Amino acid sequence: MTIAQPDRGKRRRSKLDAQFDRIRDREEAGQVKKRRRGRFWNKFLNNHLAVAGLVVFTFIILVSVFAPLLTSYDPRAVDLRSMTQAPSLEHWFGTDRTGRDVFARVLYGGRISILVGLGSAILCAIIGVIIGIYSGYIGGWLDWFAMRVSEVFMAFPQIILVLLLVSILGQSLANLMIIFTLTGWGGIYRMARARMLSLREEEYVQALRSFGLGPARIAYKHMLPNALGPIMVNITLSTAAFILQEAALSFLGLGVPLSVPTWGNILNAAQDLRILENYWWIWLPVGVTISLFVLSVNFIGDGLRDATDPSQQG
Amino acid sequence: MAETGDLALSVRNLKTYMYANNRCNKAVNGVSFEIHKGKTLCIVGESGCGKSVTASTIMQLLPTLSRIEEGEVIYHSDDGDIRIDQLARNGRQMRAIRGSEIAMIFQDPMTALNPVYTIGFQIIEMLLYHTRLRGRKRFNKAIDLLRSMGIPLPERRVREYPHQYSGGMRQRAMIAIAMSCNPKILIADEPTTALDVTIQAQIFELMETLKRDHGTAIMLITHDMGVVAELADDVAVMYMGNIVEAGPVGVVLRNPVHPYTRALLESIPVLGRGKNQEIRAIPGQTPDPYDRPKGCQFADRCRYRIDQCDAMPPETQISDYHRVMCWRYEEFTANAAE
Amino acid sequence: MPPNSESARPDADVILSLSDVRVHFPVKAGVFKRTVGHVKAVDGVDLDVYRGEVLGLVGESGCGKTTLGKAILQLVRNVTGKVLYRSDDKDTDLTGLDERGLFPFRKRLQIVFQDPHSSLNPAFTIFGSLEDPLKRYGVKTRKERRKIVGDLLEAVNMRPEAMDHYPHEFSGGQRQRIGIARALSIEPELIVCDEAVSALDVSIQAQVLQLLMDLKQSKNLTYIFITHDLSVTEYLCDRIAVMYLGRIVELCDAEELYGNTLHPYTEALLSAIPVADLDRKSKRIVLEGDVPSPINPPPGCPFHPRCRYAQDVCRTVVPELKRYRSDRGDHFAACHLVEAPEAD
Repeated sequence: MTIAQPDRGKRRRSKLDAQFDRIRDREEAGQVKKRRRGRFWNKFLNNHLAVAGLVVFTFIILVSVFAPLLTSYDPRAVDLRSMTQAPSLEHWFGTDRTGRDVFARVLYGGRISILVGLGSAILCAIIGVIIGIYSGYIGGWLDWFAMRVSEVFMAFPQIILVLLLVSILGQSLANLMIIFTLTGWGGIYRMARARMLSLREEEYVQALRSFGLGPARIAYKHMLPNALGPIMVNITLSTAAFILQEAALSFLGLGVPLSVPTWGNILNAAQDLRILENYWWIWLPVGVTISLFVLSVNFIGDGLRDATDPSQQG
Repeated sequence: MAETGDLALSVRNLKTYMYANNRCNKAVNGVSFEIHKGKTLCIVGESGCGKSVTASTIMQLLPTLSRIEEGEVIYHSDDGDIRIDQLARNGRQMRAIRGSEIAMIFQDPMTALNPVYTIGFQIIEMLLYHTRLRGRKRFNKAIDLLRSMGIPLPERRVREYPHQYSGGMRQRAMIAIAMSCNPKILIADEPTTALDVTIQAQIFELMETLKRDHGTAIMLITHDMGVVAELADDVAVMYMGNIVEAGPVGVVLRNPVHPYTRALLESIPVLGRGKNQEIRAIPGQTPDPYDRPKGCQFADRCRYRIDQCDAMPPETQISDYHRVMCWRYEEFTANAAE
Repeated sequence: MPPNSESARPDADVILSLSDVRVHFPVKAGVFKRTVGHVKAVDGVDLDVYRGEVLGLVGESGCGKTTLGKAILQLVRNVTGKVLYRSDDKDTDLTGLDERGLFPFRKRLQIVFQDPHSSLNPAFTIFGSLEDPLKRYGVKTRKERRKIVGDLLEAVNMRPEAMDHYPHEFSGGQRQRIGIARALSIEPELIVCDEAVSALDVSIQAQVLQLLMDLKQSKNLTYIFITHDLSVTEYLCDRIAVMYLGRIVELCDAEELYGNTLHPYTEALLSAIPVADLDRKSKRIVLEGDVPSPINPPPGCPFHPRCRYAQDVCRTVVPELKRYRSDRGDHFAACHLVEAPEAD
């Protein structure tokens, strides 16, 4: 029998082939143990960026929480004898125009900024989930009303809304969180609602109904856990967004009162061209910290999304 | 063995492994069969037995995380044999074979058709790539194809979108696309599982016509022994990546030798046998593909298990056409002859 | 074990009686979501279910069999007509009852679903899924509930330890058995099995079918078995109702249906089933075309566009479900052309 040999296409040994050989050898040697970790952790830990993100995230949170142990400086203590000093052993990140230690301010500022970001994101999630789950499963007039309200909030230019609210409510930490929550709950609400609409048709939900269980119990106890995956992703991503917003608002002088150290307020100093040009240590460390933190949160969010998405494999 | 002359496709000792999630699943683990011109080969088996992977291997439509480990897939074209397993997955040669020489239809015609293009466009696209027909002729050919698939008012239907077709008509349209270049082999992966029985009957009728009029070789993948009895000329029973029994349909269905084939036939109620027919469930469940038995894959569920079954039985040729993978085939062959 | 062959129908002990049940879903279109028509999923069904029988409800997709099953349990809205449930010699109409009023009947009617993958909550262990209904029906302590769930799992041939595992750890057949255990948990009298074996592998189907029959014997259950597979109903059912476009077209004893088919649709349906027996191959009757849309059913007999015997009367007059004489109980068929003698 003659076999017409194909011209090209003789399989080249690729990186993939080597990987396959490895997996196959391991499998045939019976070395693959029953995975104790779930599929979720397996996929998350295989995502190097997400793990790196988690490390950076944890590090920044820890140093902010344990700030008093890491620095002896008071972030608000003005020291007019040592203004705008460059980084040294005494002041790791230097001092600002009023002689406050920048390292201490970045650490303590992290506390407030992360609180604002994470806190607002969680508040948004709580409100959005409670309303979204209810209106997605039960519907009715509340569904209609919540949908219209969230549409109004989403249609309005957000920054103008925030400016408006700040000027009405005034500047304070609590007000900032209220504003972020007001403008941010719509996204999570819509997501939770959409998820419920598709979960509603699942047969286990019908089964629970056939037992005569109450709608609240079915929705919040049995369906909510199945909607949590994408909600967690959304919380991480909006944390990052809120931290950036806080920084932006504080930079404009509309965020938390300037006396309170936050990452945004520290950056606020860079409005001065003189500082921007001559004293890089006042704005660069905090800028890098914000970027690192936001980036790490985003990586975690992406990792979570991939890990909770059953349609992806690898 | 049959002459090469009437063969359309030969598969020899094919092994295709899947590598998703850092595990190795030996989905197809040494499979050999032949498809004859103008005949229907039914591959029957339960989910996870490797029947769809076999089909994807022939079409080279495997996912990225998979590999043909061993074996040969030989397409006996008019101009000599072609080793399909050695072609690049998406190379020019493979793409030329796919569609024009070997075509495939799928279980769910709704997802297999593109919803944003008309049925006519999707047929014409095939003709554009694989034939030299031009313009108006292509369009007419599309209408002819739809008509020959038994679609009423083809002149109008050709301009319609998949969602305007019913389930049975979509599958006909799928077959029309598959048949547009007169392929030598049609691979049908559970083509009627998603359809109702009355529509299934229509599709079967159509497939019989194709086989008769065009001499198309058909490889039909199914889980339903009833479909096998209706359509097959030859049948191969798959279980966990192996063909455990193969032969002409009359032999395998009347005198099944492998315990799995027998158990399958005994476990389904057959229409016409009345309320008192005895059905016998197969105990246990199909093994975890990552934790397979060492020897015969069916051993754990088999009533006739002996110690020897801890080793993989070889493929044994009982007669010229009938082969089986079982250590105790001699006893069972004697039984079956009674 | 073959199912018992004697008629499992004590005289006229009706457990459930449907009369003129209709389920019409509104079709909304346009900017203002006006109702432009109705999907007549179930369009006038009269049916008695006897205590202790297995009633098969067969038909193709879209014939309304699943909707009818859900309408019996009041799991869909828009149900009109009467669904009379008889308990303690009292008939209660389930349509129009609110959740509070339905509650006592939720205990008596249960459902087993088709898809073993979506019928169990992936976020809970088996015990977590099965526990809440028991709580709702007054099983107070956790210890008792664990005992009951354990017993249920044993009843469906699974190990009691399975209750602490998650659904994804089980195969399709096992999940379906858990689904059956859940339906049994509050000791119902009537179970609607909605394509309970269709999604399972062939080798697993027989296990589940036999389990269902064993449970019926030991727990004295009544089944409404919804399926598209006429070979399964032949094995399983005492009586069979064939549905087409939301109506029952033929209803009679199972043996009678297979031995003395009256309706042309049933005839075609039976001939179209692939039979895994080379010696029993019969000539296929291939029906033309598809099932018409339930939004706009054809006038007259809904089957006439596909019927090879259709005559003028079929195109205009809707045939009624008439009773015909037979040796094996009542035989109902809705066709103008049946030549069998009518019963009085």
